[in-house]
Amino acid sequence: MSDQVFDRNDVAPGDDSPFGEKIVHGIRTYVIGLALAVLLTVISFTLPASHLVWPPGVPVALVVFAIAQMGVHLVFFLHITTGPDNTNNVLALAFGVLMVALIIAGSLFIISNLNQNMAPMNVMMNMRH
Amino acid sequence: MSVADVAVLPHDPYQLRRAANELEEAGPASKRIIAGYGFWLFLLSDIVMFSAFFAAYAVLLGANAGGPTGSQIFDLRNTAVETACLLTSSFTCGMASVAVDARKRGWFYAAMTGTFLLGGYFLVLEAREFASLVAQGAGPTRSAFLSAFFTVVGCHGLHVTAGLLWLLTMMAQIFAKGLRADILRRFLCFSLFWHALDIIWVALFTVVYLFGIQQ
Repeated sequence: MSDQVFDRNDVAPGDDSPFGEKIVHGIRTYVIGLALAVLLTVISFTLPASHLVWPPGVPVALVVFAIAQMGVHLVFFLHITTGPDNTNNVLALAFGVLMVALIIAGSLFIISNLNQNMAPMNVMMNMRH
Repeated sequence: MSVADVAVLPHDPYQLRRAANELEEAGPASKRIIAGYGFWLFLLSDIVMFSAFFAAYAVLLGANAGGPTGSQIFDLRNTAVETACLLTSSFTCGMASVAVDARKRGWFYAAMTGTFLLGGYFLVLEAREFASLVAQGAGPTRSAFLSAFFTVVGCHGLHVTAGLLWLLTMMAQIFAKGLRADILRRFLCFSLFWHALDIIWVALFTVVYLFGIQQ
């Protein structure tokens, strides 16, 4: 009995059903993922030209749709799920997201701050004389 | 939880795993899960490297040194076709995973060939875009903005090239060695790599092209 338990436990994220259903389930997962990804991509590409969003808010909307699409890819294509075998993957992902957020937000913040504090180019040129 | 409960364990493997954990009989995770975890760590470190390139691009977006701006050089139709290629290739790669699970070699070769053709066409489009930019005098040496553009897009292109070589290797290994457990673990890593490239492309078309074209 315990051998059987171990065999049926030897599954990776994604192949989580008995064999016959596995194919149907797998194809369904990828089809749902593709449909959601296509929908989000089309929205991202048409959003700036359509005037549905207040123009200064367009970049924020694009970032939101990009993050949503990355989430779709993670769940439906990479099978990062909430299953017990996936706890380590999710924790590593959380750490990666923290690093990416620090690098991007930190760079943008520091450089825009430096840009604001730097004297304009013509003033700098005059200071040499 | 007692041994008597084992007889009525649920069919869902996740719940089975939880039940086994409660019995403290789960043992070490399978090699497939450990290999996937290790490769996932590599992919995350790759994504962190890309995030530095993205940060450089976002910072240098306005630094065109009197040269062309994003709205003058980007062609969103080309980017849309590239996106369609990569997205579809991610799907066909998923179909190859399903074919491997179902032990259907014919489906596997068909899905992998489709993935290769779509990825190859993506690279052709990207090479054409780079060549036309350099021909217009908008090469990577023109401005800091263009240096950052060629770095981040070119780095993704190099990853796709490496992925295509790996794809051919996987087809050859499954042809020569069959659907062995170690080969299947390599294929799992390849499919993770290919899907991760698509995630990076989502960030890329948003930040590089859709933001860049507004400059």
